[in-house]
Parts: sequence; structure tokens; C-alpha cells
Amino acid sequence: MTQLSVDTATTATSPAGFPTPSAVVPSHLHSTPSWDVADFPVPQGREEIWRFTPLKRLRGLLQAGPTGQRLTRETSLPAGVTASEVSTEEAKGLGGRPPMDRLAVMAVANAGGALHVDVPAEAELDEPVILKLTGGGADQVVHDHVVVTVGHHAKATVVLEHFGSATYDAYVSVVVGEGAQVNLVELQLWDDDAVHTGQTSVQVGRDASVTAVTATFGGDLVRLTQTTDYASVGGELHQYGVYFADAGQHLEHRLLVDHATPKSVSRVDYRGALQGKGAHTVWIGDVLIRKAAEGIDTYESDRNLVLTDGCRADAVPNLEIETGEIAGAGHAATTGRFDDEQLFYLQSRGIAEDEARKLVVFGFFTEIIHKIGVPEIEQRLIEAVTEELSVTVGAPANA
Amino acid sequence: MATLEIHDLHVQVETDNGPKPILKGVDLTIRSGQTHAIMGPNGSGKSTLAYTLAGHPKYTVTGGTVTLDGQDILAMTADERARAGLFLAMQYPVEVPGVSVANFLRTAKTAVDGQAPKIRTWTKQVNEVLGRFDLDPTFGQRSVNEGFSGGEKKRHEIAQLELLNPKVAILDETDSGLDIDALRVVSEGVNRYIEQGDRAVLLITHYTRILRYIKPDVVHVFVDGHMVTQGGPELADELEAEGYDKYLKAARADV
Repeated sequence: MTQLSVDTATTATSPAGFPTPSAVVPSHLHSTPSWDVADFPVPQGREEIWRFTPLKRLRGLLQAGPTGQRLTRETSLPAGVTASEVSTEEAKGLGGRPPMDRLAVMAVANAGGALHVDVPAEAELDEPVILKLTGGGADQVVHDHVVVTVGHHAKATVVLEHFGSATYDAYVSVVVGEGAQVNLVELQLWDDDAVHTGQTSVQVGRDASVTAVTATFGGDLVRLTQTTDYASVGGELHQYGVYFADAGQHLEHRLLVDHATPKSVSRVDYRGALQGKGAHTVWIGDVLIRKAAEGIDTYESDRNLVLTDGCRADAVPNLEIETGEIAGAGHAATTGRFDDEQLFYLQSRGIAEDEARKLVVFGFFTEIIHKIGVPEIEQRLIEAVTEELSVTVGAPANA
Repeated sequence: MATLEIHDLHVQVETDNGPKPILKGVDLTIRSGQTHAIMGPNGSGKSTLAYTLAGHPKYTVTGGTVTLDGQDILAMTADERARAGLFLAMQYPVEVPGVSVANFLRTAKTAVDGQAPKIRTWTKQVNEVLGRFDLDPTFGQRSVNEGFSGGEKKRHEIAQLELLNPKVAILDETDSGLDIDALRVVSEGVNRYIEQGDRAVLLITHYTRILRYIKPDVVHVFVDGHMVTQGGPELADELEAEGYDKYLKAARADV
């Protein structure tokens, strides 16, 4: 794949320790986390963290007050897992990185409490925890706050699925206890006119392992901030994402992995496809390696496949390194055009052009999906990709 | 019975210095049951002929006709030509990441037959054919051509020939880069295809080595974008002994 654009910044910053406000990395790349709305003035659009986002298409979410609206919520809770309504203050106390931007802080401020899902310590769930959230219409402005806590040494798969349409702003926190193994799946399968913004914050406990999977296909505008922190030494993050932007869609994923403790691992691998006029994707991959983060190992990658003219893929990986005593740090971002030689090869075997295109895009996505290593999730994602391609490029002949 | 008829074919490619003519009037007729070898030096346009017949968009036909059983194949897209019965075994098969060999073969078979093969018999047939080419069953789970050795790529091409069983097969330097064992395995596959008796083969090669395994009915010498002479298998022996110099000098003298 030819590399068309890579934008890389590497800066050294002063020592810091999250989350005390006094120990802040003075970086223009990301803001200081805070629960206070006043810390995040309404952006003008030229700020580093807003420059890719068409603010007008946020439908007033930067200023909207509480509406009392909710998405329809269907939950599937395996035995032992509980879901309860808690106050905003209680929810904050459960942990997780505070909001990183105006949208996330507005979600917390306006949600009027939170849903708390708890997986007890040492529980080994056979079935996934599923939160299926469905919007009733694009004109519905909904703020949401969800906290998932997973007790120490538990094993769980947690799925957040979004359907229908809404103007939705959510702050989600996932706090994973010591030694726990969690698969976190976020599926954005919205209708075409939905807006979805906010933040998902993962906190990885000591020696815990988190596999986070994101698939964003629907929505007029999706802007998700996804952050990871490590509570102690030895945690692992494996984060995968797939996105497909059609004509006019803006899909933005802003990742931050904050290595502030020793011997943790992060692997980030995202892939996107774009087709149609005005399709725009943004991928920001910020990784902080703080002074204390000795022996960590990080690698992140984003690859984009541009199928037609008139699309734009922005991919910006950033590494900020304060210690050289690490096992590894690297990143890659590529944006390539559809490979006509692949198309010809498939066509020379009788496969019609449309179907050949589908196969190539399907292959581009399945390659990453097969790395996830959790068969149920792989299957679910392949279904989602197949569905998306059947609507857009058309369905692959066979999975 | 199938007939591939090429008449006065002229082809050019776009280069930085403008269009460049490659094929300068190719005439060739191949019928079912025949194996034709096209031999020529590097740069003579052999591969251009192969890719033009298969419908690669890089090549522009500026004159002449190509018909398969009377149908104008130049008016067809690459996939339509394949469904009409043409097959090109490529010199450099293309990697298609994330698309498994099994999925690819099934999709291709469905396309050329116009209907999906019966799953049980098809799976068995695929495994048998892959086995004949010393490709083990896990091969089906690998991505098409990705990480294949040179030999695996060529064996995979000829396995496709056997599974798709087209009317006319064009083999573009299938022998290049093969060790002697792989050459034998690949040649046996081509011979099984030929032995059906009603298939046509256009074997494009630079070397005579593969002709020890696959016996052509006609050998053509191809220089500077067109056929300069033709003969029986003995012509290949002559080329082996004397090379292309005689023909290259004649071509230069013409200019």
C-alpha cells in the first residue's frame, strides 16, 4: 500500500503523574482531564483537539443542557452481574480517567446520574454482558454516563451496541481490577443521521488484560475519545478498531494510551475504509510514556483504504517519551488507494468487479478481525462488516 | 470445441514519454486440443500479449481483433472474459490480504460456473487438487498469495487452472523461478488439463526447459511485438541450441 500521508509528532515533556492536577503533561496534543465543565470552554474549531471536527454538525452538543432523554436500554446480564442507577458523584468515585474534552464533561454534567454495571471479583462469565442502546430519532438529545467495574481476577466480555438514531453524548468508564481479563466491544451501528460523541475510558488493573474492540460504521458524525490508563504495573491493552465511512460521514477516533506505570503493554491496531464524496475519517493515536513507565512496550498502527475519489483520511500518531528505559515504542499510519492489481487478479478469475471490490475490502477488515483472538467477537464483527458491505459495496459472496 | 483467434493485434501502453507500441500485428489461431508455445526474448511483448488477452486495463488495443468462438473478447471486461472461458496463469500472482484461498476458489468457481458448487463435493475436490500440487489442506486458510513462496504461487495458479477448467489457458512464464520438483508438479497439472483433449493452451516462455515436460504442437518465435516464425517442437530445440540472436538481428535489420 502506498503511503500518502503521515503526520507525526514526537515531543519530550516534563515528568508527571496522573491524575493529580498539579502533575500535568504540558502538551498541546491533549488536554488535562477534569470533571469541571468550566475547565473546557466551548471550542472555536481551530484548537488542536477540535481542528478535524465539523463543530456545526455536533447539533449543539457543546452547549446543550440536560434533556432528561434516554436511549432505549436492553441489558443482558449473566448471573452475578448487577446493574444499578447511581448518582453522578458515586459514579465518579468508581474510578476512571475524568473527561478529556467539552463533550465528555457535558455528558457527565447533564446525564443526571449513571448506570453502574458490576462484574464481581473472580466471576468467570460464560455469556457476555450486553448493553444494547437504541435511539428513537436524530432530534433526541441524550446525555449518558455508564460505569462498568470488573472485580479482580474476573473474566468477562462486555458489549455496548448502538442502534437507531440520536444526538448522543456519553461518558463511559471501564475499571478493570487486578488480574482480570476483559473483552470490551463497542459497536456503532447507528442509522445514517445519528451523532455520537463522548469518551470511553479504560483503566487496566495490575496484571490485568483488556482487549478493546471498536467498530464504527453508522452515524452522520461520530467522535469518540478512547483513553487507557494503567492502575499499576504489568497491565496489557490490545485495542482493535474498524471503521467504514460512506459519503458524507465523519468518523473520528481519538486514542490516548497513558503509560505512567512500569512494564505495561499496549498494542493498537485500527483500520478504516472510505468511499464516496465527503467521507472523512480521523484517527489520532497519542501515546504517553512517562518517566515511571520503564520497561513498557507499545505499538500502534492505523491503516486506511481509500476506495473512491473525494474522501479524506487523517491519521496522526503521536509518541511522547519521557524515558528511554523501555522495551519498545513504535507507530505507523498509512493511507492507500484501492489496489487495481488485486482487482484485476480477482476479475481474471471471473469475479465481477463489484464483488471483487467487496472481497478486497472484506479481506482488509477480516485480517485485523482475526487478530482479536476471541471467536464470538470475531464472528460478531464479521457479521457487522458483511452487513455494512452489503449496504455499501455489496455483500461478500462467502465469509 | 473452442477457437481463440487473434488477428493483426496492435497494443500500446502509456509511458512517461507518451504511448509506446508493444504488440505490432499479432496473428494466431488456437483450437481445442492444441498446445501452442510462444517463445521469445525478454522485452519482446510476450507478457503484454498474455495480459491483453486477459483484459488488463493497463494495455490499450489500437488495432486488430480477438475472438473466442466468434465472440469479440476485446469488448469484454476481464471478468467477462474469464466467464467466457479464458484463464491466465500469471507470472507474478497478486497478493490479496485477508481473503482466504478457500473463499477465493469458491467465489471464482461460483462466478465461472454461474452457480455455487455443492459444498461437500467441492471441498473434497479442492483438497484433492491442492494435494496433487503438494499444497496441504491448511493452505486453504491462508490469504491468497500472501507470504507464498515463488513455487507455491505457481502451484496455486495451476491448481486454479485444474479447478476452474477453462476452455483456453494462457500460461505466462509459469516455469520461471521454479525448481525442478516444482516444475514437474506444475507440468503434470498442465498435462492433466491438456489430456482432457478438448482444451487449448497458450504456453508463454523464455526457456525451453518446461517444453521437456509439456509437449507443444506448435512453437512460435515472438520478437519485437509479433510472430517471426513458427514450427514444430524441433524449433524449440533449435532455440535451445542457438538462442534468439538470429531473430533479433533480423528484427533490427528490418528497422
